[in-house]
This record gives sequence, structure tokens and C-alpha cells, in this order.
Amino acid sequence: MTEVRNELVRKRYAAERRFRFYGAAALGLTALFLAFLLVDIVSKGLPAFRETSVEVDVTVDAAEVDPANLAGGNYDKMIKEAFRAEFPDVKGRTERKALSALLSSGGADTLRSMVIADPALIGKTVTVPVLLGDDADLFLKGLLTRVKTTAGAMPLHIAQLDGEEGFVLTGDKAGEEAERQLGLAAGDVIRFKGGALRVTGPQNGYLKAEPIFAPDPAITTLAAGQWDVLAFSVPESNRRISDAQVLWLDQLKSEGRIETSFAWRLFEAGDSREPELAGIRGALIGSLLTVLVAISLALPLGIAAAIYLEEFAPKNRWTDLIEVNINNLAAVPSIIFGLLGLAVFLNFFGMPRSAPLVGGLVLALLVLPTIIIASRAALKAVPPSITEAALGVGASKQQAVFQHVLPLALPGIMTGTILGLARAFGETAPLLMIGMVAFIADIPSGFTSAATVLPVQVFLWSDLPEMAFQSRTAAAIIVLLVVLFALNAVAIYLRKRFERRW
Amino acid sequence: MNAPVHHQTLVTPEKPKALAAGQFKVTARDVDVFYGDKHAIRKLSIDIPDRAVSAFIGPSGCGKSTFLRCINRMNDTIPTCRVTGDIKVDKNDIYDPKIDVVQLRAKVGMVFQKPNPFPKSIYENVAYGPRIHGLAASKTELDEIVEKSLRKAGLWEEVKDRLQHPGTGLSGGQQQRLCIARAIAVNPEVILMDEPCSALDPIATARIEELIDELRQNYCIVIVTHSMQQAARVSQLTAFFHLGTLVEYGDTDEMFTAPQEKRTQDYITGRFG
Repeated sequence: MTEVRNELVRKRYAAERRFRFYGAAALGLTALFLAFLLVDIVSKGLPAFRETSVEVDVTVDAAEVDPANLAGGNYDKMIKEAFRAEFPDVKGRTERKALSALLSSGGADTLRSMVIADPALIGKTVTVPVLLGDDADLFLKGLLTRVKTTAGAMPLHIAQLDGEEGFVLTGDKAGEEAERQLGLAAGDVIRFKGGALRVTGPQNGYLKAEPIFAPDPAITTLAAGQWDVLAFSVPESNRRISDAQVLWLDQLKSEGRIETSFAWRLFEAGDSREPELAGIRGALIGSLLTVLVAISLALPLGIAAAIYLEEFAPKNRWTDLIEVNINNLAAVPSIIFGLLGLAVFLNFFGMPRSAPLVGGLVLALLVLPTIIIASRAALKAVPPSITEAALGVGASKQQAVFQHVLPLALPGIMTGTILGLARAFGETAPLLMIGMVAFIADIPSGFTSAATVLPVQVFLWSDLPEMAFQSRTAAAIIVLLVVLFALNAVAIYLRKRFERRW
Repeated sequence: MNAPVHHQTLVTPEKPKALAAGQFKVTARDVDVFYGDKHAIRKLSIDIPDRAVSAFIGPSGCGKSTFLRCINRMNDTIPTCRVTGDIKVDKNDIYDPKIDVVQLRAKVGMVFQKPNPFPKSIYENVAYGPRIHGLAASKTELDEIVEKSLRKAGLWEEVKDRLQHPGTGLSGGQQQRLCIARAIAVNPEVILMDEPCSALDPIATARIEELIDELRQNYCIVIVTHSMQQAARVSQLTAFFHLGTLVEYGDTDEMFTAPQEKRTQDYITGRFG
């Protein structure tokens, strides 16, 4: 008898332990996924919050700047010429183009604003930071290829092949293969004063190489320490930056002319085709305008509908039908609301395309059921004894609802509303249907100007081929998440602040 | 005063001790109450005197609370509830469409089973009623009403230094007295109490009972209770309800010593219920 009972007790405890383990395991797995997601996004997005620029000494050419039209000066040309002047050895047309490609097409903006702020700079030489292009920027952040630089430890002999562009590299010891002797592999770059060669591969016991910067024909032997080897983790054909560009950037870096700073541009600029110039301000303002419209419509409508349905409406077939439909509406896929917005607001009412006003109307429809359901739940949660108490001293139904029930339900209503707001903030699909997916470089100036929103911006950027847009995408996601976390924090704060016990 | 018509279940106290003849405050004739299909009260008629405590006793589900809630039309809040017959307070039919239910509830106050103060300050709890009925012209008058009501409810000495503290922070018994103060702040004539002591300990119960006895001087009090001892202690008249009908109504002393009906006898001696 006791043994049977003991066995039962033991089983019961074992079942409880098992259940706890399942729960903890589920929680752990979820936390792991979330942590993985966050680490991935943050590690991808953080580089986008910094930008790199190169310091260039520019002489502001009086011939290029009209004092009456400071903004119209050809600063681009000045910057490019000054930058090329830093590398007098670069002569060929393609090489010069590759050199200029290191700079961003918006690199002259700083100089322009400096001259506009101080016209006295015309004719003088100034040191300005020039924004680097996306590929140079990514390389300097180590995202395109890893470069391992080692000093040459032994003498190196260089001989030019007759009648060919190529060179042959050999070590000191005759008989041993040059490849093994020198420790070089195909794709490695040999840099020395006066030239640079790229190793192409072994041939007949020698190592062949091709010129990046053609060396002085007089150089035939480099002693140990006179040359460097740059080994890349990604071969040149697979990366968006050439060996020559790497060598130029390396030179600038060793001269201490590269500087990185916080990318305020990300928060100050609108969208752009150039990743390094693209920012999220347009999308952020668009989001704020859209959500403002959505919430100023959905909040009063939703709360009023909830109060009426919960407290005043007669309980009959019609209110049941309405209730079922509100619950169904909350489950309707959001893109359907986008189609509705397209058909009703754009085609029927002829409202402007891509406008925050229309986006806000659509999102208001989208979050209305959520707000009504949350508000009704909050109203229902207020104990009926409070209503009875109010009615018992002779308050009217309306007084009981507005003076007693509503204040008690308000924290719950606010929580529901803010969660609805967060949903509206993160919604993408319905806005695609009403044209908020267009490329819009301007920052929206009002409720009817063309705009896009943050999640749509993420969608747009994630689709672009440039690698730099990937980290911009992650950065935009980080900003979106921060805004959403902030909204949720506000919801929790409001609930704690206004929660009253009864 | 109309002489109550004779009816099978109409019971009028023959010799109520605490009652001058003809001073009925609440009169009911042939009242039926339905919750949907459920027939909760059948053909109930009763005359309740002013300035006395009438206790409703009976087993659970016998309709005593239902009838109590008909007297200030609190049953209106239940959508499926339907009331027929006549209920008059001071000879006015309270189910007349011309009657303003808000005015009625100011005149017929209610204290509930569970203390339900508003989650507001003690002061606000008492001041709320007078404020919505416009009983005070100034802050000073309102202060006076609050003090007077709290004094009548025997709570003033305990809370006068913390009127701005939340009413929900009081003990259960204090909360219930606060609810009584809230009810009397709007100058009611009838006070309905639905098992006011069922959530309280014996000491708090004793205080409420003392209070009810004091309030009897000025109000018509109707109290629903499950405790026959309580009915015997606080009431002058007792009504026994069973299965939706009023079985017997009369002087409390006689009711507990020599009930007319066998069912009453069985109930008060604990044979059922």
C-alpha cells in the first residue's frame, strides 16, 4: 500500500521535473534564436554608423567659384584634381578613374558648405575631409577582404621577361622552387619603393608576376626588409576594390589621412542611390507622419467604439455580428488593407499617391480592430462592483463609465493602443500597395508629399546589390527596433504609472 | 394609504412595534421578476415601514437579493432581467417611465455585499455623490457633508487625519462603513444593504450592526442577510423568502419565537436551507 503510494509520488515529482525541463528548454531555445538574430543585425549594422573620409588639401580655385553663386561652383573638379595631385605617379586614364572612384560622388559637399559659410576661403588652400566611396569605406572597415601584410624576410630578384609585360621572381637559393622559397602565392601583392607586382603563379620553377605599378627597370634585386607582401583573403576578381586601390588607401592610411567619424549623415539625409550618402531621415519622418495620422484617427474612433460596444450597446444579434466581424478584421492579412486603400483612397477619392496621409488612413483601418479589442478587454477587466457603486449613489450610466470605469481601464487601453501603434510603425505590406515603396530622395515636408516609411526603406535597401546597402539595411533595422522598444517601454511605464488597485 | 389588498402571499405585519400605522415607505404589489426564462420572484407583495430595519432572510437563490435590487432598479443593469407588478416608494411607482432612475437611486441608496469603495481618496468617495447631484454649493458645504456623513457612519474619528488617502487602503470593515457614508452622503430615505457583513470579521460586523441600529432613527433600512442571528439582532421586521415567494413577514421577535408557517419554522431551526 505505502509502496504503491510512494511510487505514485515519485512519478508525480518526475513528471513535474520533466515539465520544468521542457519549459526551460523552450525558453532557452527562444532566447538563443533571439540572441542570434540580434547579434547578426547589430554586427552587420554597426559599421554603417561610422563613415570614413580622407583629408585632402584643396586650393579653392577662384576661376571655378562665382562669388555671386557660391553653391554652383565646381567643387567636384577641385576635389578630384587635388586628390589626383596626391598621386603624381598615376598617369593612365583607367588608373586615374580608379583613383577618383575611391571618393564618394558627394565628397565635395563638405567643401561646398565650408565655402558658402566663409567665402573668404576662395583662393586659399584648405584641408577638407572628403567622404570616401562605399567600396573604399567597406574595405577600410575590413568588410571586403582581410589583408595580411608581412615584411619580406629574404632577398628577392626581379627580372622582366623580354617582349612581355610579365616579370619573373626568384629567391636566393638556386634549385629550390621560388614559390616555396619566398612563401608567395598567386594573388599576393609585392610592394616596394617605386612599384608593385601581383604574383600570378608558378611557372617552370619560377614565380611569374604582373605589374600593378610598373617598377623602375633598374630595380633587379630587393634586399630583405625592402619589400612587403600583402596577402588577401578574397582574390581581386571577387571583390569590388582592386589591388591598386588597396595600395592607394594603404598609403593614405599610413600617412594618417584617413579618419572615421560618427555617420550623422545616416540620420540627416534622405535616400540615395549611393550607399554612403543614403540616410533614413526621409523614412523616419515619413513613418512619424504616417503613424501620427493613423493614431489620431484610430485612437478616438477605437476607444469610442469600444466604450459603446462594451458599456452601452444593447446585447443583440447585431452587436454580436459586429463583434465577430471586428475580431475577424484583426486577423485579415495587412496587404488586403493596402488593396482597400488603393481602391478607395487613391482610385475613388483620388488622394495623392505615396502620401503619409493615405498611409495613415490605411494603417488606422489596420490597427482599429486591435485597439477596439484591447480597449474592450481593458473595460471588461474593471470589476462590475465599481459600476454598481457609482450607479448605487445615483450616477448615470455615462457618469459611471466616464468617471469610474474609463480611468481604471485607461492603462490597459493605453497599452493596447501603443502596441497597435508599434504594429502600425512596423507595417510594410499595405504601404507597398499605395505607392509608398517608390524611391524618394527628398525628406517629406507634409502629409501629402511623397514619402516612404522605415520598414519599407529596409525592404527597399535589402533588395539592392551594393554591399554597403546591406549594412545600411541592418542599421535601419536597428533604428526601427530602437523605436519599437522605446514604444513598448513607454507602454510599460504608462501601465505601471497609472495602474490603480481596487 | 391604501389598505393592502388581500392576496395569498401578501403579508403585512399585524402589530409592528416600531411602527406607527400607515407609515409604509416601500410597497410592492404582485411583483414578478424574470431573468430570461427563469422566474426568480413570484407574485410578491410587501409593505416596508419607514424608520425601521427590515431583514430579508432565506436560503440562497430564494430571490431576496433580487427583490432588494428591484427597489432601486439596480436590476436594470442586467439586460435579461424583466420586472412586472407595482413597486412604490413614497407612493410613487418607481417603474413608471417618467421616473428618473438617477433620482430614484439618490433617494434609495445601496450598500453592497463586498465593500466597493472607488479607487480614489476617502474624501472623494464620500464627496462623489453630493457632487454629481449638486448638493453642495461650495467647497465648505461639501466638506461639511463629507464630515457629517463620515460621522454618521462612525468613521470620522478614524479617518479625519487621512481624508486624502485612498479608500481602498482601509480595512474591510472601515471600507464597508465608508460605503455606508457614501450612501448616506446623498440624503437617501431608504438604504438597501445586500449582505453588508458577509465579507467582514465578527468585530467589524458588530460595528456595522451598531451603526445600522443608529441609522434606523432616520432611514428606512432593508437588509439582506444569511445570518439569522444578525436578523434577530438588528431588525424589527423580518421577511422569510423561499423559492421566489415571500413566505412570511412580520415582527422579528414573533418570527423567531412563534412563526406562522411551518417552512419558516423549519428554516430558522436549521432543518433546511
